[in-house]
This record gives sequence, structure tokens and C-alpha cells, in this order.
Amino acid sequence: MRLSLEARERPARIMTWASPLLAAVGSVIGVSILFAALGRPPLTALYVLFVAPLETLDGLAELALKATPLLLCAIGIAIGCRAEVWNIGAEGQFTVGAICGGGVALALGGGGAWWLLPLMILAGIAGGMAWAGIAAFLKTRFNAHEILTTLMLTYISIQLLGYLVHGPWQDPDGHSFPQTKQFEDDALLPMLIEGTRLHVGALFALAAVPFGSILLGRTMMGFRIRTVGAAPAAARYAGFSRNGVVWFCLLLSGGMAGLAGICEVAGPDGQLTPVISPGYGFAAIIVAFLGRLNPVGILFSSALMALLYLGGEGLQVSMQLPIAVTGTVQGMLLFFLLGADVLINYRVRLRPARAVAGVARHA
Amino acid sequence: MNTTRRTLLGASLALPAAAMLPRDAAAADSFKVGFIYVAPIGDAGWTYQHELGRKALVAALGSAVTATYVENVPEEGADAERVIRKLATDGHKLIYTTSFGFMEPTLKVAKTFPKVKFAHCTGYKRAANVSTYSARFYEGRYLTGIIAGRMTKSNVIGYVAAFPIPEVVQGINAVLLAARTVNPNVTIKVVFVSSWFDPGKERAAADTLISQGADVVMHHTDSSAVVQGAEEKGVWSFGYDSDMLRYGPKTNLTSVTMDWDNYYIDQTKEAIAGTWKSSDTWGGLKSGMVKLGPLNTAVPDSVKAEVAAAQAKIESGALLPFAGPVKDQSGAVKIAAGASLSDGDILGMNWFADGVQGKLG
Repeated sequence: MRLSLEARERPARIMTWASPLLAAVGSVIGVSILFAALGRPPLTALYVLFVAPLETLDGLAELALKATPLLLCAIGIAIGCRAEVWNIGAEGQFTVGAICGGGVALALGGGGAWWLLPLMILAGIAGGMAWAGIAAFLKTRFNAHEILTTLMLTYISIQLLGYLVHGPWQDPDGHSFPQTKQFEDDALLPMLIEGTRLHVGALFALAAVPFGSILLGRTMMGFRIRTVGAAPAAARYAGFSRNGVVWFCLLLSGGMAGLAGICEVAGPDGQLTPVISPGYGFAAIIVAFLGRLNPVGILFSSALMALLYLGGEGLQVSMQLPIAVTGTVQGMLLFFLLGADVLINYRVRLRPARAVAGVARHA
Repeated sequence: MNTTRRTLLGASLALPAAAMLPRDAAAADSFKVGFIYVAPIGDAGWTYQHELGRKALVAALGSAVTATYVENVPEEGADAERVIRKLATDGHKLIYTTSFGFMEPTLKVAKTFPKVKFAHCTGYKRAANVSTYSARFYEGRYLTGIIAGRMTKSNVIGYVAAFPIPEVVQGINAVLLAARTVNPNVTIKVVFVSSWFDPGKERAAADTLISQGADVVMHHTDSSAVVQGAEEKGVWSFGYDSDMLRYGPKTNLTSVTMDWDNYYIDQTKEAIAGTWKSSDTWGGLKSGMVKLGPLNTAVPDSVKAEVAAAQAKIESGALLPFAGPVKDQSGAVKIAAGASLSDGDILGMNWFADGVQGKLG
């Protein structure tokens, strides 16, 4: 007898809903064993991990703040993935968006003009689009794979930012430390809730969810994206331009990552420093797949990811657990969540060894 | 995913009741102190030294203090402010933020929590409830420069550096100036790796420097990769942050180490007693915040004596590492003969002395 995975004829509807529950049960058991083995009461630890961050207004605001860049980047990435356009470099587009918008803030901040913030945001979006546009050009003109080009462009963007904050944009009063001066008040995004750090950027992120859903589900462009991704031959037959879809997806996801970048520096950061993103662009790839490349799913997965960060810090602060443990807990949860999703398209069967060989031949 | 969260909690209620007893981590009257670390603690390096300080604090004050830490908090982005704020809302009365990048977040949180005290390491902005502290690492560097100048045969010192910020530049210039007091032909080649902790890059930079003729390598980054690489290639090395002799028993000559123990103990005692005041501390060899680690047996006795003499003179103030005449790479006089740099000029140092090969900015 052997355990085998067998492809389902069509995705199981029930598993679409049951798999997160299964994953939840699995991870609670796994995490509890881990906590117990470390001599911490599992219930208290689970409470610290999942509930404590949500108990206060401040906690909720921090959750939304952390989820905002993830959500913006992930929806752009997901739309590309649906067309099999793999934008791995949201991190770079995020950085260039921050540079362009931040440059506007540094040059024009302090004048109190009403158009300053809109201009910064547009500059951020344009910067992200331009950066992703390079990859789109290389893809459509020279067939250079976007996985490589977007990733390489990320490193270039970080060097560019480093040059600016070490050089021409360095704060003259900053003791030669690599950073720009703090943005003036008129170049900072307004707060949504007084006393917290939640800024209007969160609204952009929230708006990206229906935007992405409608784009994918109800528009001709969305249909093209899905067709190019699911059935390239059919898309060609229908006369859909593959290059057009590549350009659209990369510009869109680049623009969204750029928006996330400017919101981060004009929101909680308030200045440019040598590194702006602690890996949002890369974490967003996990978030996109965790949300099954669906904008509504991504809303939840970005919130869950943000909760894992906050809860992980809680474990360190309240339970005195080292970071290796919080990393293990986060890894365990993602493993169960992504692992359980296999059950949507596959069923587990106990079969005699010979029959397994038959399945393999079949496949 | 909302369902997921609820389910997690529901399921957790079914766990054995024994698990439900919360463990009281701290005595009720214990004074809560928080530490924010920029990297994982590991077993050597910048963060590791701060962790030694935290442990020394707990050992010294016992149950009178609860010392929490959060490790691997990124300097960049919005995370640091949230973590510092979390410690403050959780009842921590004194919070040490142990990396330069925590400066603005520390000040922002300090404004919201005027009763909580903060101490920020290596920054320059203070407030009524925010102290700063750092050490003259360049004094320790100066001593290693003497050893390097005596030990090198090729007269080329390789220096793996993180970023061209003043703290790093001070170290490079101090090594050069010290080495030239015993060996006027010494030059330093610098490679910046644009990271505080990236063992792969640090090692690759060390290999490059060695292949370019450096027979002594040192680093201003946080891993032991350079020391290990030097041991493999058979060239001399110096460690930094922690004593790194065990990573290069044959070739590691010594290390510049940091010791925050007394600072943490004294500041915390003052905070408990209610006498804490915002201050700026810049320790060095004299106060013991910077130390020279154990010397390798390969260092000749004559050099040991030379180092001990220089250390005594630095501690007494008779020897100032940044004393003139010193020219920069372009030949311009940066420190006139008979003069020495003020603390302000040292803190903002943004030039390389003549003899350093490598570009700033």
C-alpha cells in the first residue's frame, strides 16, 4: 500500500473552503507542540500571536499599516501571474516609486501647495511604472525573461537609492549619515485615525481590491490576461496581443508597487534612507499566492501576513521567545496553508504499489 | 481567512487544561527594561555584544529587573517604531535601541511616551527622555593599526567595510595613521559591501583584497566571515565587535571588542532610583566600553609592549589618534601640525586620509 496524490477531474469546491480550516487545525496543533516543548503555555502563546495584536485600535491600525504595502504590491503581482507575467521585482519598483515621489517631496516640500501630495503620488506611480517598463521593453523586444530582468533591476534601484542618500540628497545636517532630511509636514500623508500611524495610503490599498477584481473579472483586458495565461494558443488564435498584455501587466504592477513605495516614505518613514523596504516586494509574492492570485483572497492573506509579523513581535516581547521561534511559527503556518491547498486539485489515495505506477503512466 | 483565525482560537480551547495556566514571567515590582536588536543575536558581533550587556544587567540586578529583547528588527521601514511602541505600551520603563537606524523611530515614540526613558546607540539626536550612547571604537582601531603596521610584509592592509558613514571612516583613518607611525609605507585598500551582515559578500571582499596583495585584513561588518577567510588563506586578520580568536586561532591577531555591561547596569540603576537624566555618553578605552581582545601568540613581545604603551597614552589623553599633521586623499591638510580634531569633527568625518585607497560616496 502506498499513499499517493491523484489529480481531481475538477477542483473540489468543498476543499476550497475546507483547506484553510484544515490548515488552521494543523498549524494550531503544530504550533502548540512547539510552544509546549519550549515550556510556554500554548494557549497564552496562541493568544499573543493571533488575538493580542487585534485587541486595541492601535493594534488594528498597525495591522492595516503593515498590510498596506503588501496588499498593493501583491495585487499587481497577482494580476501579472494570471497572464503568466512574473514580476519578481516589485521590491525595485517600490524603491523607485519612493525615490521619485520622495524627490518631489524634497524639492518642493514646505511650500504648502495643495498639489504637492498628489504630485508626489503620481511621481511614485510613474517611477514604479517606468522601472517595470524597462523589463516590459526587454521582454517584448528581446524576449529577455522578466523573472531575471525585474530581479536585476531591483538591485540597480537599491544602488541608485544608495547613491542618492550618500550623495546629492544627503541631509547636510546629518553628520554624514546616509539619509535625506525629514520631509516637511505638507509632504506627509494625512492620518486616518489620530494617534495612530494609519495614513490615507491604506485607502489606496483597500481600493485596489475592487479595482483588481473588476479588472480581472469584468473587463476585456481581464479576459485577455486570463486567456493569455491559461491558454496561450487560444489567445493567439483570438488575436490577443501577448506583448500588449505583457506591457499592461508590468506597467500596472510596477505602478502599484511604486504607489506602495511613495506611501511608505510619505507615511510612516518621512525620509529616504539607504534601504526603504524590509522586503515588502518579495513578501508580496508569498501574499499573492497565499491569496490564490485573487484580489479578495489577497486582502485576507495580506492581513494574515501582517498579523504574523505583529504576533511574532508579541511572542518576543511578552513571551520572551527568540526570533527563531517566531520564524518557525510563521513558516509552519505558511506550510500548512499552502500545503492544504494541494487538496483542492488533488485527492489523497491509499493504493497498492502497482496501481500507483499506473497513475504515473496516466499522467 | 477570517474563518481561519476564528477556527484557530476555537481549536485552541480544546487543548489540555494544564496548558491554560499562564506563567507569570516577572515579579510584580520588577522594573521592565527593553532592548531592540537590529540583527539576530548569533554567537558573535554587534548585537551579540549588546545581548552580553543585557545578560550582565540581569545578572547584576537580579529580580529587580526584567529585561526583554526583540531581535532582528529592521532599521528600514515602519517596523522599528511599532516594536519600540509595543515595548513602551507593555510597561517597559527604559528602552535601549541599539542601532543607528532606530534614531527617528525612537524620537517619535519618545514624544508619545514622555514618562518612558530611551537610550539610543550611535545616534546624535536627543530629547528630555532620550539619551544617546556610543563608544570611540577608533581608539581600539588605532591599537590594531600599530600591530598591523608591524606585522605586514606587503605593506597592504585590506579593509572590508559596510557603509561609508563616519563611524566606519574613523576606524579606517585611525588604522592608517597608527600603522604609519611604525611603518610609513602602509596603504589601506577598502571595499564597501553595502551591508552590515552578509557573510558571503564579506568573504568575497576579503578574498579580493587578499588577491590584491593584502596580507592583513580587517572588517567593519558584523560577521566573522573575514576572520575565517583569512585563516583559510593564511593571512593575518583582526576581529571586530566580539573576540573572534576562535574563528582564526592561527591568524587572528586580536579583536576590537565592545562592552556595554556597565552602561546598561548604571543607566538602569539610575532609572530605578529616579535619578536618570538624558545624557550623551561616548566611552572609549578608558571607560572600558572599547577593549582590545586577547592577543594572538603570534604577536611579538616588542609589539605587545608598543600596544600597551599606546593604550596607556590614549587612556591618559597623552595620545590623540586624530592629531596632525594629516592630509586627505587629495593632499589637502585636514588636521594641521600640532592640532587635533574636535569631537564634532570626528563625529562627522567624511574624508579618507592620504594612504587609503578607495572612494568615499
